[in-house]
Amino acid sequence: MPSHSRPAPRSPMAAPRSFLWSRAVFLTLLTGFVLLPVYVMVSSSLKPLADVSGKFQWIPSELTLTPYRDIWKTVPLADYFVNSLVVAGSATVCSVVIAVFAAYAVSRYAFRGKRVFTVTVLSTQMFPGILFLLPLFLIYVNIGNATGIALFGSRGGLILTYMTFSLPFSIWMLIGYFDSVPRDLDEAAKVDGCGPLGALFRVIVPAAVPGIVAVAVYAFMTAWGEVLFASVMTNDTTRTLAVGLQGYAGQNDVYWNQVMAASLVVSVPVVAGFLLLQRYLVTGLTAGAVK
Amino acid sequence: MSPDATMTTTAIEKPGGPTALRHDPGAVRGPRRRPGRLRTLGLPYLLLLPALVLELLVHLVPMLIGIVMSFKELTQFFIRDWGTAPWAGLDNYAVSVDFHAPVGEALLNSFLTTCLFTLLSVGLCWLIGTAAAVFMQETFRGRGVLRALFLVPYALPVYAAVITWAFMFQRDNGLINHVLHDQLGLTDSPPFWLIGENSFVTLLVVSVWKGWPFAFLIVMAGLQNIPREIYEAAALDGAGVWQQIRRITLPSLRPVNQVLVLVLFLWTFNDFNTPFVLFGRAAPEAADLVSLHIYQSSFQTWNFGTGSAMSVLLLLFLLVVTGVYLTVTSRGRKSADA
Repeated sequence: MPSHSRPAPRSPMAAPRSFLWSRAVFLTLLTGFVLLPVYVMVSSSLKPLADVSGKFQWIPSELTLTPYRDIWKTVPLADYFVNSLVVAGSATVCSVVIAVFAAYAVSRYAFRGKRVFTVTVLSTQMFPGILFLLPLFLIYVNIGNATGIALFGSRGGLILTYMTFSLPFSIWMLIGYFDSVPRDLDEAAKVDGCGPLGALFRVIVPAAVPGIVAVAVYAFMTAWGEVLFASVMTNDTTRTLAVGLQGYAGQNDVYWNQVMAASLVVSVPVVAGFLLLQRYLVTGLTAGAVK
Repeated sequence: MSPDATMTTTAIEKPGGPTALRHDPGAVRGPRRRPGRLRTLGLPYLLLLPALVLELLVHLVPMLIGIVMSFKELTQFFIRDWGTAPWAGLDNYAVSVDFHAPVGEALLNSFLTTCLFTLLSVGLCWLIGTAAAVFMQETFRGRGVLRALFLVPYALPVYAAVITWAFMFQRDNGLINHVLHDQLGLTDSPPFWLIGENSFVTLLVVSVWKGWPFAFLIVMAGLQNIPREIYEAAALDGAGVWQQIRRITLPSLRPVNQVLVLVLFLWTFNDFNTPFVLFGRAAPEAADLVSLHIYQSSFQTWNFGTGSAMSVLLLLFLLVVTGVYLTVTSRGRKSADA
């Protein structure tokens, strides 16, 4: 397993001035570019409506927390929040478990069709979402008509769909991660009387926790941010944040301060989680995807 | 990988997995002490079963149905019971590629826009991401903070980030016009950014802002696999920092770049979220990306047949580009290694 989480330093030689200057200029400009929308989001969310309706102001004329109170009333944001949490959470748990099993099979067993499996799974990544949106829409509607299981418009249908979105990348990354866990370890566990699943859960999974965490973060972010399928496959009661947030712009005038406040509120859980766990993602990528 | 090969393997080999599996569970439940041949043979398939079923249900079967749909006259009257829709032969395709008629002309325009947009966006994302990763290879004060900061656009939910940009690009109360017009006085009157010609620039800026951190992340991970000794040896030989970057860092990143550029290309070309949140259901012509275009024309007219034909054409295009790209870059790599 890769333990070096910092890049190899280039050289012990002192870097020349030209390098240091370019670096300073480039990174400063880039920081500005990255931070600009973040600043707009935070500052505008604290402005009264008059401030965001007229000319843009760098500094708010007064600071107010009312947008944070109003966002819950203008649209049923709390409901959307719960929907997003349930959908993204369930999709993440299921897809991680499925990916662990699949990656274990590919990493540790030789079987016919292995290459076909990995190539097919990966190539689904390149399909435009729009290609299977229309058929999936029809399949879900028709399954609903035939069996009474409501997939279209329900959380279940969305969970099922989102599970597959992160699956290819997750399997791919976990294969790399599992490959880097020495085989001797699970062979030893098997000698000690563990079955194949025992070896997986007692040896490989504990050793691959960073990779699994990275995959889970990725799966959650994917589901939390998805717009296309959410816009077609949800109704008023199952609407997720991705679609619900546009409710603030429905009327003639847009409550931009509320839009910004709501954007910030829905971003905080994922951004915080991501920043806490990002070093696992980098380690995971180093072990799995980038080889 | 040729498009045809992928299609046939998908169609023929896939059902073999689950069928083979049906014989196996018994073997798995068989006597524990005597690991039979069947059991060891069946286990990997059993482990793959959930992933296979999901991929079949949500990706492969819908894709095949989508291909079938593209040959049907699937208008709104047949949505509930689409099996009864009459066959349309190649009509849907003929409509899609008749570039002299409105539908085909709009699709061609959207396709060309998407090509240009993808080229620029992928190029810029790659350039910025690589430059940032290389500049941040060596430790300096504040590097950790900066790295976390740079990943924020990647971590932010697409809609939250894009809606913020939409606010910034508002004509009357946005930040961009405030800076360009009010503060710098560069324009005679505040321009529109979300409609008309300028919307292409808007889309590009937002897309690059959102996309470059992924390149940064991947290149950063790739840099960690370059052995330190190479740099030390180069330094001993008197190579300066710039030379080390040009001679060691960039060539070592080639395998990483091969995958990175492909993934960026596919994501950008298929991007739906950014234009959808930025412009709403109907994007201005200058920023009418092909995914949004197909979505819009499908759900506006409820003609899923034509929409599916357009999607299949898009898929074929992506398969050809991916195939050619992988062949060319892999060959280049082999001859470089030799």
